Amino acid sequence: MRSILSGACVAVTVAITGCGGGGPAAQVITIDGSSTVFPVTEAMAEEFRNANPGARITVGISGTGGGFQKFCRDEIDISDASRPIGASEQEACAKAGVEYIELPVAYDGLAVVVHSKNTWASSMTIAELKRLWEPAAQGTITRWNQIRSGWPDREIRLFGAGVDSGTFDYFTEAIVGTATRSRGDYTSSEDDNVIVQGVSGDEYALGYFGYAYYEENRDRLTLVAIDDGDDANGRGPIAPSPQTVRDGTYHPLSRPIFIYAKVAALERPEVRDFVEFYLGEGVPLVREVGYVALTDAELALVRARFAARTTGTMYDGPSSQTTITLEQRLSR
Amino acid sequence: MRLRTRALAEFVIERALFLCAATSIFVTLGIVFVLVFETGAFLREVSVFEFLFGTEWTPLFYDKHFGVLPLVVGTLLASAIAMIVALPAGLLTAIYLSEYASSGVRRVVRPVLEVLAGIPTVVYGYFALQFVTPLLQGFVPGLAGFNALGPGIVMGIMILPLVSSLSEDALHSVPNGLREGAYALGATRMQTSLRVVVPAAFSGISAAAILAVSRAIGETMIVAIAAGQQPRLTFDPRVPVETMTAYIVQVSLGDTPAGTLEYRTIFAVGMLLFLSTFALNIVSNWLRNRFREEYA
Repeated sequence: MRSILSGACVAVTVAITGCGGGGPAAQVITIDGSSTVFPVTEAMAEEFRNANPGARITVGISGTGGGFQKFCRDEIDISDASRPIGASEQEACAKAGVEYIELPVAYDGLAVVVHSKNTWASSMTIAELKRLWEPAAQGTITRWNQIRSGWPDREIRLFGAGVDSGTFDYFTEAIVGTATRSRGDYTSSEDDNVIVQGVSGDEYALGYFGYAYYEENRDRLTLVAIDDGDDANGRGPIAPSPQTVRDGTYHPLSRPIFIYAKVAALERPEVRDFVEFYLGEGVPLVREVGYVALTDAELALVRARFAARTTGTMYDGPSSQTTITLEQRLSR
Repeated sequence: MRLRTRALAEFVIERALFLCAATSIFVTLGIVFVLVFETGAFLREVSVFEFLFGTEWTPLFYDKHFGVLPLVVGTLLASAIAMIVALPAGLLTAIYLSEYASSGVRRVVRPVLEVLAGIPTVVYGYFALQFVTPLLQGFVPGLAGFNALGPGIVMGIMILPLVSSLSEDALHSVPNGLREGAYALGATRMQTSLRVVVPAAFSGISAAAILAVSRAIGETMIVAIAAGQQPRLTFDPRVPVETMTAYIVQVSLGDTPAGTLEYRTIFAVGMLLFLSTFALNIVSNWLRNRFREEYA
């Protein structure tokens, strides 16, 4: 959940061929899609290039939808996605004859945090968070006791993602219901460290950002457990942890993120090597850039899925992303 | 022949120097033109009245409001705190250096003070955020991590040398005859300084103060780092605010698409900022010129 500060660069050429030496020149590996997945893919591309100096990889950030559009027009080799491929996108890919392998690569969780001296807000419901963050709250919901009676009659100071970050889209979609709809009277920053700084310095603050930043600052902040009111996803309020983010009980603020690899492109050794690197040697990078890694069991299943070239999506049908765990889904 | 070459060389040099001077004027004109152009486009969509007197500023969000007052108030609040620090301290320093200090002390203190002006503002910003604010939190109840107070005080420290050295220049150029006259009437050194020299240098001191205000209003890095990024209409120095400059930084760093109304807000805010500092600089210049005439 790193923010992309200089999002203006649409395509970052991660590696430019450095060696003029022999060997057949590898083609460029083209990747595009979600800005949320971008930090992982970019880190992978950088490390892969270090190991294979001849490799050339471009990683774009057109968003998950934009990435799938290009992917299903057969313009790119790999699509970064922060959600599973949708029905219309599946059709588009089928029509263009693009076959793909769906590969979960990490989990992404959002943490809602308060100051370490905050003793009252140990948990919140989705409805309370929505009432606090929806556009209608702007200028009207300004005190803690307006969220839940019994909480202090003190001004609540809000810190959250800037409008240009993937965190903002994700949080507003999961909490308010529509992506990008949020109140505007809070301290907004694309830099998660600003939010950490703000919340840790203010007893009456509340903020949200990528779970990884909480891990780095756990001594200065307190997590708010989230109650989604749906006992199917675990009963009562649940705080994020690598465990609850992975098993989906930390709902709705956790989700798996994916890459989609085009089968035809896998005939090129550099693409195959890159995906293998992504699922193998590169895995420690997932934690390094701030995401929750898959479990070893899940990773083994994902590798098996790739080795078997299992095409299509695991997310067919009406069942939502979180009713069964990723491991169960992978082993179906 | 030699003479003609020399005349030609003179001509070329003269023109080249003129071009150098003209460049800065053209750049300034270009900036003003872009500001006026983009602000015009902005004001076609948002009324001047709403812009100048609206009390909510949320141009990047779903429920858009374009009232610049929260940014203006944030700017004024931080600048006022800076002036409360810089003005008395700067003026007293100037009086000491000009009227009391021996030339040895003066030779040491003045350059040391001016070092303050050479510290990069980003360093001041982190100084405010990581040192001054936590220090103040020890005894200011309810002081948030981002606030106007800490960066305001640090900004005051930053502009202190500006106030002190300009005021000192003004005090120093008060003719000695005035001092001698005061002493002849039996005035003490203190009376001479405060009742004769300071009033005589008043317009120069005012010019310094106004220039300092202009500098505080335009200061960016300190407030962008330490004052927060929440446009809020408040005079409470303990909570996060956003200044005009900090807002421009925030939008410039993000990927707000060029040509949109959201993007144009930074030009409108920039225009307002430019007009205020421009006006202050003119007043300051005018005061300084008047003061020069008096004793020239």
